[in-house]
Amino acid sequence: MATLKDTLTTPIFKENPIALQILGICSALAVTSSMQVTVVMCIALTLVTAFSGFFISTVRNHVPSSIRIIVQMIIIASLVIVVDQVLKAVAYGISKQLSVFVGLIITNCIVMGRAEAFAMKNAPVPSFIDGIGNGLGYSVVLLLVAFVRELFGAGKLFGVEILPLVTDGGWYNPNGLLLLPPSAFFLIGLLIWALRSWKPAQVEEPDFRMAKHTVAKEGV
Amino acid sequence: MEHYLSLFVRSIFIDNMALAFFLGMCTFLAVSKKIQAAFGLGVAVIVVLTITVPVNNLIYTYLLADGALAWAGLPDVDLSFLGLLSYIGVIAALVQILEMFLDKYVPALYNALGVFLPLITVNCAILGASLFMVERDYNLSESVVFGAGAGVGWALAITALAGIREKLKYSDVPDGLQGLGITFIIVGLMSLGFMSFGGIDL
Repeated sequence: MATLKDTLTTPIFKENPIALQILGICSALAVTSSMQVTVVMCIALTLVTAFSGFFISTVRNHVPSSIRIIVQMIIIASLVIVVDQVLKAVAYGISKQLSVFVGLIITNCIVMGRAEAFAMKNAPVPSFIDGIGNGLGYSVVLLLVAFVRELFGAGKLFGVEILPLVTDGGWYNPNGLLLLPPSAFFLIGLLIWALRSWKPAQVEEPDFRMAKHTVAKEGV
Repeated sequence: MEHYLSLFVRSIFIDNMALAFFLGMCTFLAVSKKIQAAFGLGVAVIVVLTITVPVNNLIYTYLLADGALAWAGLPDVDLSFLGLLSYIGVIAALVQILEMFLDKYVPALYNALGVFLPLITVNCAILGASLFMVERDYNLSESVVFGAGAGVGWALAITALAGIREKLKYSDVPDGLQGLGITFIIVGLMSLGFMSFGGIDL
């Protein structure tokens, strides 16, 4: 049995939910155009993953396996409603910017995936820690992407000007592409490339290998 | 009529669920290795979206919206905070019913869809479409058109991606980009392509 510390740290780099497990990508792409929104989203997701892991693990021995998906859904949906209502009350502007993506935490595969893969088999406390770990793994990727997109796309971080824009009399000419959605795909693709060059064990085996290039021998 | 047609075209191309809003990405990336599987999943998504969006529309209009319970003598009740829970419940239940119905009456289609039907419950495109329907205030007939259009758009996107990935197997990709990495970059390029529809005003 892995220690609690391992449970917390493995998902951050070794088994990153976004880069390796292909989980929770939808929101990773859509909410990363500014740091502020991203931070709120990360906190919300980490809390929901952690608490849903905790509660699902608490009831895991009492739920027949045929209806477990529905039970998990209800627990997750209730937690998301709480988050949604709190956001609307405390930070209405950000909740408007996140629009449907708070609701979509319900179907975020990280939450469901961890509930199914970890919380159904482990005690409440490790499940809680596992949820936090996976939430952090998700946050690391999101914050990196959001950092690049906001800094180079708008010259700002958290809405504060870092690189003065040409339009405001500064010197920085912003790269508008980074504010558009497709840039998130490229950034995550490059991030996966970097991570896998660092940890080659994560590289996927290709179906086909190119044959080595051979120089045709000329008739002598 | 023209209004519905433009809504349909808009939800397929301009507001494409997968490539403009990134909904249903997990299954989009995971099930797009073979054209046939991708197409099967696409059809399943079209069917489920066309049914769930109007049903959720009815539930929202007659049960959850502010003052919607006026017909039951409760004009001051606002249950819209229960929205998320109801939509996901409806989707899960409908997918289950659809699965049983297909198993009994259309076994050919049931076998073709196979494991994809239950997977659809956790596809964010389905829940996302219901949430967009509420946010944009569609009425019942609009929501039927929107549901069908969003489904067709998603199916189109995943089939196209599967086609590209089948060809991609034979290309020499750098080690670190193998598999998931290169797929992300391709989807990014496809998404840029779909953005060119953005200028079209219907």
